[in-house]
Amino acid sequence: MLRKRTKMMKVSYFPGCTLKNKAVQLDIYARKCAEALGVSLEEIENWQCCGGVFSTAKDEIATKLSSVRALKEAKEKNRPLVTVCSACHNVIKQTNHAMSTDAEFAGKVNRYMAEDTDYAGETEVMHYLEMLRDLVGFDKIKEKVVKPLTGKKIAAYYGCLLLRPNSVMKMDNPENPRIIEDLIRALGAEPVMYANRNECCGGYVIMESPSLAEKKSQAVVENAKSAGAEIITTACPLCRYNLLKNGADIPVIYFTELLAQALGLKEDTDEQ
Amino acid sequence: MSSKNERLRDEILKRSGVNPKKCMRCGKCSATCPAYDEMEYHPHQFVSMVENGDIEPLINSKGIYRCLSCFACVDRCPRGVEPAKLVEAVRLEVIRKQGANHLTADGVEAFLDGEIPQQAIVSALRKYSK
Ligand code: SF4
Ligand code: SF4
Repeated sequence: MLRKRTKMMKVSYFPGCTLKNKAVQLDIYARKCAEALGVSLEEIENWQCCGGVFSTAKDEIATKLSSVRALKEAKEKNRPLVTVCSACHNVIKQTNHAMSTDAEFAGKVNRYMAEDTDYAGETEVMHYLEMLRDLVGFDKIKEKVVKPLTGKKIAAYYGCLLLRPNSVMKMDNPENPRIIEDLIRALGAEPVMYANRNECCGGYVIMESPSLAEKKSQAVVENAKSAGAEIITTACPLCRYNLLKNGADIPVIYFTELLAQALGLKEDTDEQ
Repeated sequence: MSSKNERLRDEILKRSGVNPKKCMRCGKCSATCPAYDEMEYHPHQFVSMVENGDIEPLINSKGIYRCLSCFACVDRCPRGVEPAKLVEAVRLEVIRKQGANHLTADGVEAFLDGEIPQQAIVSALRKYSK
């Protein structure tokens, strides 16, 4: 019997500068997998770098305009705005929250932009993982798995940016998240639980105090390994860099690569 | 409090949106801070020192560059004080001054190992310079 052909869902997509360069694996497999799962990622036109970190200062206006422009374009197309890089997601979601909750700040931004229509945080900002969970569904993903990652022990590394501040990010329980573990299970592998999965890798401070980043990253890797991890997976290019730079001796790969392997869209090469 | 310190305190509080009066001095923020060992003043001290207008020492501390913006102190504070926002506001007070950039384009070059993601560079530049 012919299966009913479901219509492709369209979402706006903000790739960000790192995904166009050092983290191409995060981007290309995000696109391929989305396509296979019935979601079409429509890249925002002329997007600009999000800046990497959100400034919580209420008088930082100019640094937030690139996020507001992307949010506005998604609003005009009446679509959620999906990001896959943890940092872009954090910046754009926090900016959106400020636009919808801080009228003084939003007023300044709108005056600065001086466009016909104002923006007040209407767009839904979604991380790719939330898209998998809430738009596609982990059950549906499980059905589409052709090469289950059976027997692999995988540690989900959340870091900070996906989860905090929780009052804004609202992705999952920030102290006991499960979204990546649920994905790992859907792909047929075994998630490894460990305490440091939501602790910081050191982030950009690697450029200020490499020894601090080294300590934080090594603690994550050691903790994951002692819990039995053979692979660490992340959504953040900087987490990946810090873990590998500071001596991770097991593969650290993007969750989109695991997804692509299980969906039969990528060879399992375990390359680094 | 001198009028200069009072002005500085008001500016930092406005920029951060933090209300230090909510703090009950439990120290949870500092206990969870992953940069604790590298900060002369810890998150709970940012709260009390800003409240008292004792901001000069914070301005001159290296801790303002060691904060990882991990928001652990924000999420784990039982009173919603959000100390990280004070660290951010104090750092901006410094780097917005002309010639006070903590990281320059030349300084970035030392880290270009062919692997470092753009995200690291743009984030560090945004945190450390204007
Ligand atoms: S945001 Fe900064 S001050 Fe707060 S816990 Fe993280 S490193 Fe410490
Ligand atoms: S955790 Fe909150 S209430 Fe406790 S000392 Fe820190 S800022 Fe104050």
